[in-house]
Amino acid sequence: MQKSLHINADKCTGCLQCEMACSYEHYGVFNTSKSRIKVFEFHDTGKKVPYTCTQCSEAWCLQACPVDAISLDIITGAKVVSDDTCVGCKVCTISCPFGTINYVQDTGKVQKCDLCGGDPACATACPTQAITYVDADWTGLDKMREWADKLGNQNSSN
Amino acid sequence: MSWAGKLLRVNLTSGTCISEPINMKWAKEYLGSRGLASKYLVEELDPKVDPLSAENKMIWATGPLTGTMASTGGRYTVVTKGPLTGAIACSNSGGYWGAELKMAGWDMVIVEGKSPKPVYLYIENDKAELIDASGLWGKTVWETEPAIKTKHQDPQIRVSCIGRAGENEVLYAAIVNDLHRAAGRSGVGAVMGSKNLKAVAVRGTKGVGNIKNPKAFMEATRAGKAVLAGNAVTGEGLPTYGTQVLMNVINEVGALPTRNHQGVQFDGAKDISAEAMATPRASDGKAHLVTNQACFACTIACGRISKIDDTHFSIENKPQYMNASGGLEYEAAWALGAANGVNDLEALQFANMLCNEDGFDPISFGATVGAVMEMYEMGVLTKEQLGIEAPFGSAKALCYFAEITANGVGFGKELGLGSARLTKKYGQPDLSMSVKGQEFPAYDGRVIQGIGLAYATSNRGACHLRGYTIASEVLGIPVKTEPADTQGKPELVKAFQDATAAFDSAGICIFTSFAWTLADVAPQLQAACGDEFTVENLTTIGERIWNMERDFNNRAGFTSKDDKLPKRLMTEAAKTGPGKGSVSGLEKMLPEYYKIRGWDPEGRPSAETLKRLGL
Repeated sequence: MQKSLHINADKCTGCLQCEMACSYEHYGVFNTSKSRIKVFEFHDTGKKVPYTCTQCSEAWCLQACPVDAISLDIITGAKVVSDDTCVGCKVCTISCPFGTINYVQDTGKVQKCDLCGGDPACATACPTQAITYVDADWTGLDKMREWADKLGNQNSSN
Repeated sequence: MSWAGKLLRVNLTSGTCISEPINMKWAKEYLGSRGLASKYLVEELDPKVDPLSAENKMIWATGPLTGTMASTGGRYTVVTKGPLTGAIACSNSGGYWGAELKMAGWDMVIVEGKSPKPVYLYIENDKAELIDASGLWGKTVWETEPAIKTKHQDPQIRVSCIGRAGENEVLYAAIVNDLHRAAGRSGVGAVMGSKNLKAVAVRGTKGVGNIKNPKAFMEATRAGKAVLAGNAVTGEGLPTYGTQVLMNVINEVGALPTRNHQGVQFDGAKDISAEAMATPRASDGKAHLVTNQACFACTIACGRISKIDDTHFSIENKPQYMNASGGLEYEAAWALGAANGVNDLEALQFANMLCNEDGFDPISFGATVGAVMEMYEMGVLTKEQLGIEAPFGSAKALCYFAEITANGVGFGKELGLGSARLTKKYGQPDLSMSVKGQEFPAYDGRVIQGIGLAYATSNRGACHLRGYTIASEVLGIPVKTEPADTQGKPELVKAFQDATAAFDSAGICIFTSFAWTLADVAPQLQAACGDEFTVENLTTIGERIWNMERDFNNRAGFTSKDDKLPKRLMTEAAKTGPGKGSVSGLEKMLPEYYKIRGWDPEGRPSAETLKRLGL
């Protein structure tokens, strides 16, 4: 069974534990500027939204890479950048419709979410379950359940 | 480690920015943030300096846990000699700015001198420079932060700055970061304004990577977060209701000061409570509270984001206040509301937004308005002087005063003096509800005896964050003590004061202490910094910091005579509630407190005490 990162922005408090967990997992340092997941804060509405790669099946980044530096991890479904192969041309950053593959000045390569090999640190660190790692076929299950509850016709509770 | 290991010394007079290594001996003895910055201040500053002169210094400081995954590890403090009190001032703030400074590779920024013209300090990792801020002078906090981000074409810059209150040296001006988090008390913003320093803008991309034992640190911080999540206050009460959960609780125990401390229960408390914030309004069917918000690394998330009713009189034709923004915390709701008898939630939020927008402390401001309203009702101040009729309960007067304080228009200039100077000016010094010139927060010190002693002995003037004995006396954390008892309170106050100094100096939020003791903090610090930070050592560090601050104040001219409460709390008994008939028993507690502290009857640390603490 493949799993997907599932984001429920309504639960995000903006604490950035996910960003620190991500940078620590990949670079051994607490550094939000190096995180592959980013929390965006919309001050005028109070919204906080974590955002990262959704691992498209037909990944634009993978298709666009001229040196085949991005490959599919068949276990997790993640599209993974090989640092050894990446030449830092940034074509993938242009092709990605969502902006979730990014250039890193320090390394001269691009980086993106690799699902931490199947145990995403951001989901583990999130204190409010705004980020969860769930069955890839059923990322909407929670929402379905919530709406399904509104349709209930048993009157036992009344 | 986990200290960045260096500080930035900025001299505004000469325009220089120099990197210096942190004194690691001091870091081991004073930890960081409040403790370490205070150590630098007392070593470098003549305690007698005029707080608003070029000779005063100010220090922005992070702690060893700032910028890490330790829950709430995003705090920073601003330490200086405070203009409201003349005592050492240390104001603590959350948001994201502190972590950004640490990630840029700095533990602290020491600012000296006075710039000949308005400037702001821009820090990008190792690079630091002073930049002309003449175009920003006269701008609010909410205008300054976006302007700096736009100028540097970097939306990820974090800004700690003053609004017009700081520029105009309102004596309780705050320093605001991330639009609505503030180093709020003691007038640290006025010191910044006096130095012609508008902002400290930071962008840090280096991160915090020098954790001593990363594996143990991740385990210790995970365990700490589990404790916070499982605790009723930090896991449920604060995230759901914010600190405002206290409004009805404190009113019920009869310790909610109202109408300038004339009363101890406010009949309008329910109208301005957390529950009221969450209830849909009649006008538009929406709740005042929009959502909660965490500061950096915080797994509690007590912050409030609120939205004023679009139809409220305070924001008529003022679309800039119609968005969601930082909402009411308990202290602000009390000071702007209960302290003045105002029960209009929307008006309180409007005044609160102005405090954030222009950078001034809602506690001291609200309490000053309370004193003004009492003087108005007595006929000491008139409508002509004030520009408005200002009886207790007037939401219109509250909003009007909030609009004229930062810019010093009309009576606003006098409001900016704070209640101690203002009441003295009009011949009513006993009407200032303050200690050492700083106004009380939201708990009545004659009904809850321990907090009264904590106010009287706080090193930065009246304050709830220097020894929050309410935890014990009302909430039963870690053990319940009776509010009316004076016995045992000196020990309680000392224990809270010392532990708080250690929490503050670690770079974490004091709200963790609803669930954590130092036994929860020690493993995190030990993994990050070194094995020596045991519970015993942290307690000693806290006590050392407390005595160091006290010694600075003594040398600044404070004596035991300044460890006092206003006459009202000593002689006018509480009229209602469970504490009816009660006055403060300070005179019973204070000598005992000095004794336990190892101070002489004049409140001076004895030679033996200083030696024991390595001072």
